[in-house]
Amino acid sequence: MTITADHGRTYGHDDLPGLMSLMTGDEKHGPAATSTLDVLWVLYDRVLRITPERREDPHRDRFLLSKGHGPMAYYAVLAAKGFLPVDWLPGFGAYDSPLGHHPDRVLVPGAEIGSGSLGHGLPIAVGSALGLRAQGLHDPAVWVLIGDAELDEGSNHEAIAFAGPAGLERLHTVVVDNSSASHARPGGIAARFEAGGWSAVTVDGRDHEALYAAFTAAHPGRPHVVVARVEPKNA
Amino acid sequence: MDTMRDRFAPVVSRLLDEDPRVAVVLAEIGKDGFREAMARHPDRVINVGIREQLLVGAAAGLALTGLRPVVHTFASFLVERPFEQVKLDLGHQNAGAVLVSAAASFDWPAGGFTHMAPGDVALLDTLDGWTVHVPGHPDEAETLLRHAVAAGDEKVYVRLSTQANRQGREIDGTHAVTVREGRSGVVVAVGPMLDAVLAATEGLDVTVLYATTVRPFDAAGLRRATRAAGTDVVLVEPYLAGTSTGAVSEALHDVPHRVLGLGVGRRELRRYGTIEEHVSAHGLDPAALRERIGRFTDPTPRTG
Repeated sequence: MTITADHGRTYGHDDLPGLMSLMTGDEKHGPAATSTLDVLWVLYDRVLRITPERREDPHRDRFLLSKGHGPMAYYAVLAAKGFLPVDWLPGFGAYDSPLGHHPDRVLVPGAEIGSGSLGHGLPIAVGSALGLRAQGLHDPAVWVLIGDAELDEGSNHEAIAFAGPAGLERLHTVVVDNSSASHARPGGIAARFEAGGWSAVTVDGRDHEALYAAFTAAHPGRPHVVVARVEPKNA
Repeated sequence: MDTMRDRFAPVVSRLLDEDPRVAVVLAEIGKDGFREAMARHPDRVINVGIREQLLVGAAAGLALTGLRPVVHTFASFLVERPFEQVKLDLGHQNAGAVLVSAAASFDWPAGGFTHMAPGDVALLDTLDGWTVHVPGHPDEAETLLRHAVAAGDEKVYVRLSTQANRQGREIDGTHAVTVREGRSGVVVAVGPMLDAVLAATEGLDVTVLYATTVRPFDAAGLRRATRAAGTDVVLVEPYLAGTSTGAVSEALHDVPHRVLGLGVGRRELRRYGTIEEHVSAHGLDPAALRERIGRFTDPTPRTG
């Protein structure tokens, strides 16, 4: 399959592996590289109210990719949705490419934050939700994607424990759980959010309808977490 | 006399009333001063609890939505503990904030080393684009806080201390002020060190520059002062000794010069007691300063 930068073209979920191949050179990708792919696609395709034209709109939804490792799926989705040109993808990681192995918000159109060092996205998302609320912008949703092992970082727990009691209803976290944490207990992820006063749903991270239902579930007065379970990283 | 920190909450509370962009982020410390402001602006005065990584991360999030966060706690918990958040959530994200610290190098000596942060300015020196204000008097603190909040989306650090000079001076948030003129060296007194420097240099033929904004360093002001006073420069700083030695060398890079950096020593004293005792232990009281400055600026060999 040949993909060229064609701004008139519409990309679908089936095109994402091809877009990722432009970065990796691989025809097929293992579960680790695609752990976030379905979550990202359902969010950008059906949930987030954000388009390339609305990149600076104060009323847009915010999506913060906190797990900056392995951003090929993210770049592929951003390219498919027209935030960045498809012909940037082959330069992935090169000196003069805006697309690094960890994203930089200053360089990547549509990236709300730069990430790479784990545990920074959720606290920034808390601040974003507070900032929107303080400006009377009650409609935009704030989403942050983190990994299950990323939850090891204590900064997340500062944010989780604060956001529930603060009633940050517009804050949403999706934890992509590919069982990569070395020390974890079954059900521990949702339990920790629930202890912080969050609404929590655990779903199959490959099932688009289940993801959509979890992403759009009502959670009045509380922040909401979706734990999206995918194939174990080291299986 | 009231302290710089006594001015902080009233000044910033007024700024909260005047400017809808201003938001205050606290981690328990200092919340009492903002009780009324919090009642008036519940969404813009935020106490995140004892969570300093969240303190700085949330401030960055506020900034990304267009607000101007003012972030406050003790220097050790504002700059040192969440240093990576300062580096990444503010610097790398291209987000601005005003960080206002209290407790300085040893404002609470009886509290011990856990509450001392002599390395705060040196740490910020590893990062790009920070303005650093070190007021020497509550009036100056008020002026510099207003400058800091008004500075667009810049990254600004304001270092408040209970150590202060007897009188405030006219400062503009950028330049050093010439307090005394001489011909045998320039002594740069930073913030609360001015009174001790003036006492120490009484009768010495040196120029005394008073700096309350140390980053960016007033290189042009220092160069002007060296025209009449020569290029022997003594820095007297209320934080880690030698923090600004590099800035002085950069300012005078194309002329022969000598620099003596005085300030708080690196060695952990493991002492409690009073501020005065710590000032003396670090050789920063007027008698010790006079001895050290005199030895450096007076080339006459001593006998006996």
